[in-house]
Amino acid sequence: MVSRSSSRPSSQPDALVRLEGVTKHFPVRTGRLLQRSSEVVHAVDDVTLDVVRGETVGLVGETGCGKSTLARCITRLVELTSGTVLIDGEDISRLSRRRLRPYRRRMQMIFQDPYSSLNPRRRVGSIIGDPFIIHEPKIGSDQRKERVQHLMELVGLNPEHYNRFPAEFSGGQRQRIGVARALALQPELIVADEPVSALDVSVRAQVINLLADLQEEFHLTYVFITHDLSVVRHVSDRVAVMYLGQIVEVAERDDLYNRPRHPYTKALQSAIPVPDPDEADRRTRTVLGGDVPSPVDPPSGCRFHPRCPKAQARCAEEVPVLEPRLGDSFGHTVACHFPLSDGEKLPEAPPPGVADIASLGRPGTGTRGGGQSAIPRGTS
Amino acid sequence: MNDLLLEVEDLVVSFPTPDGVVEAVRGISFAVDSGRTLGIVGESGSGKSVAVQTTIGLTVGARVSGRALLDGKDLLTMSPAELRAVRGAKIAMIFQDPMSSLHPYYRVGWQIMEMIRTHQEIDKPAARARVVELLGLVGIPRPEERVKDYPHQFSGGMRQRAMIAMALALNPALLVADEPTTALDVTVQAQIMELIRHLQDELGISVILITHDLGIIADMAHEVMIMYAGRVMESACTRDIYYSPHHPYTAGLLNSLPQSGHEGQRLPSIAGQPPSLINPPSGCPFHPRCAFTMPRCRTASPPLRLVGTSIHRSACWLPTELTGSSVETDVRRHAASAAQGGSIPSAVEGSPIANLGKDEA
Repeated sequence: MVSRSSSRPSSQPDALVRLEGVTKHFPVRTGRLLQRSSEVVHAVDDVTLDVVRGETVGLVGETGCGKSTLARCITRLVELTSGTVLIDGEDISRLSRRRLRPYRRRMQMIFQDPYSSLNPRRRVGSIIGDPFIIHEPKIGSDQRKERVQHLMELVGLNPEHYNRFPAEFSGGQRQRIGVARALALQPELIVADEPVSALDVSVRAQVINLLADLQEEFHLTYVFITHDLSVVRHVSDRVAVMYLGQIVEVAERDDLYNRPRHPYTKALQSAIPVPDPDEADRRTRTVLGGDVPSPVDPPSGCRFHPRCPKAQARCAEEVPVLEPRLGDSFGHTVACHFPLSDGEKLPEAPPPGVADIASLGRPGTGTRGGGQSAIPRGTS
Repeated sequence: MNDLLLEVEDLVVSFPTPDGVVEAVRGISFAVDSGRTLGIVGESGSGKSVAVQTTIGLTVGARVSGRALLDGKDLLTMSPAELRAVRGAKIAMIFQDPMSSLHPYYRVGWQIMEMIRTHQEIDKPAARARVVELLGLVGIPRPEERVKDYPHQFSGGMRQRAMIAMALALNPALLVADEPTTALDVTVQAQIMELIRHLQDELGISVILITHDLGIIADMAHEVMIMYAGRVMESACTRDIYYSPHHPYTAGLLNSLPQSGHEGQRLPSIAGQPPSLINPPSGCPFHPRCAFTMPRCRTASPPLRLVGTSIHRSACWLPTELTGSSVETDVRRHAASAAQGGSIPSAVEGSPIANLGKDEA
C-alpha cells in the first residue's frame, strides 16, 4: 500500500488515474415538435482529481450529483464532452476502440444492482469467463474453466456452482459474481459504483470485507462510489464530495470527517442517522432546506448557494475554485468562498419555504424528477 | 402509562405459490401505544412489511390467522366495507416510493380531496381549503398554488410530503410508514424524518416505522422490534436494543455497521445468507448463521421471553446474563459452509457496541 500521507494531488508522481477538467454534458430535447430547443444536463462539470496507486478514493454525493457519470467517464463507458482522463500518464479519452482495449483490462467496474448487471439467461461460469474470451481468445475452454473456478473460490463462491444461473444465487452472492468478473483480467483499478447499496446490512459487511481483502492481495486501487457516508468513511483513504456535477471538497478521510470545510459536507454528515440513540439525541442536526436543483440549469456561482445556510451575495456571482486553504492538511481542498473553521456550527438552515422557492424555479423542469430522468443510466 | 392503541396477537401470514407455501410471517405479536413510535427492523424478506400490511387488510391472496385489535375491534375479521372506513380515517399509510404512490393523471390537490370526500360529508371548497392547510402543514411552499400541480411537478421529497399530507387528512390515530425515506436522498430524508417527528409531537399520533436502517430507528423509535425470517427475534425499548442486545442476530446487525473510530478495520459480519421462507430452518431460524448454536437451537424454536427489566424480550435460548457483552459475531466455523471459502481470515474480538466510549484499540 502506498503511504497515505504522501497522497498529494497534482504533485504525486504515482497517480494511476488523473482527471483533468473532466466534463460530461448530456443533451436533452424539450419542448414541442416545432419549437424544439436542446438543453444540456450538466452531469459532470470540470472535475479534476488524482487517484494514487493502491489507495481507495471514496466519491460521495446525492442522487444526480454526477458520481456515476464520473465513474463511467473514468472507465470511458461514456465519451467525455471535454477534459482528459490519464491512466498511468496516458490520455485515454481520445483513443480508438482498438487502442483503448489494453487499458480496458487494467480498469474494471462493479455495478450497484447485482440483479440487473448479470444476464439472467447465461450461466455464471460463462459470465465470469467473458473477459477471457474478449481479451485472451487464445486460451482453451478447459483452461478458462479452471481460471473461472479459481476466481469463484477467490471471492468465496463454491466453484462447483459454475453451471448455475444468476437466479440461483442470493443478492450478496451475485455481487460476488460481479466482483469475480471484474477481477478476471487482474486489473489495477476497480471502479465500484454503489457496490453494497442494494445489499442487506448483514451481507453488506461481508462484501466490504471481501473488497478489502482483495485490495490487499492484489494491490488494487479503488474508486468507491456511494451515497452512504458511513460506508465511504469505513473504506476510503481519501474522500471527494460531489454536488451537482462538481467536486466541492477533497480530503483525507479523517480530515474530512473531523474538519469539514464545505457547508455541504457538514450538512451531509449531520443528515446521516447514527445507529446510536444517545448520540442521536446529543448531536445537532442541520436540516438543509429544499431539494437538489436540476442539473439542466444549475444555479449561478457556487451551485450550492440556494441551499447553503452561509450563502452571501458573492456566492451567487462567483464560482469558487477547488483549492487548499492556509492551515489545512496537505491535500485538503475545498471549493467555497466562506469555508467553515474548526468546530464551527452551521447556522440554522433557511426556512424551508425560501429555499424551496429558490431551488424549484420553473415547474416541470425545476424539480429533480424532470432533470434526472434525462440522464442515461445503463451505458454499458 | 400509555393507552394501548393497536394490539396484534399471534399473527400468521402465508402465501401459497407454485414453489410451495411461503411462510412470510410466523406467529408474531406486538402492540403500539398512543403517541409512541414502534420501529420494526428487518432485512428484505423478514416479513416486516407483510406483517403490518396484513393487519390493515392490504395483503391479497394470503392465508391469515391471529388477531389485530384496534380500539377493541379485530381488524382481521372485519368486512371490506368496515375496513375501508378504518383505513385512512384511523390508520394511514405512507409507502417507500412516493413516485408510484400518487396517480400521475390527477392533480395532487384533487387526490387528497378525493380521500377526504370519500370519508366525510364535506363540500368541495371546504375540502380544498383543508388540502391547502394540510400541504402548508407538511412544509410545501405556496400551497394554494401547488394544489393545482400534477405529481410530476413535485420532487421526490415533496411527493413524500404530499403523501404525508394525505395520510394526515382525517386525523388518524396511527401512521404506518413503510420505508418512507429509502427512495430519498439523505438530506431530504433528514427533512422528512424531522417532519414526522414534528407532526407526532404536534398531533400526538402513533407511528409504526418499518425500515432496514438502524440509524433512522435510533433517531425516531421509542420501541423496537427486530424481525428475521417471519419471526420476532428481539423487542425492547430503543436503548436496550442498541446498548444491551440479547439476541445474537441483533448484536450481529449492530456490529456489522461501520463505526467511527474503526475505519479500515474488518467489519464483523454475520456469515451466510438469509434463509428461504419456503423451507425455513428448523428450530431457531437464525441457527445456521449463529455463533452460539446449541443442539436445542436446531430442534426447538425459542419463545420470545423476558430477558431484562420491563419489556425487553428475546427469542433465544442463551442465558440472560450474556446480554450485550463480548458477543463475537464473525463466525469462522460457519465460514466454510457459508460461501466464504476460507479466504477471509480473522474474527474481531468483543463487540464495538460494548466498547463504545472507549478509544479505538
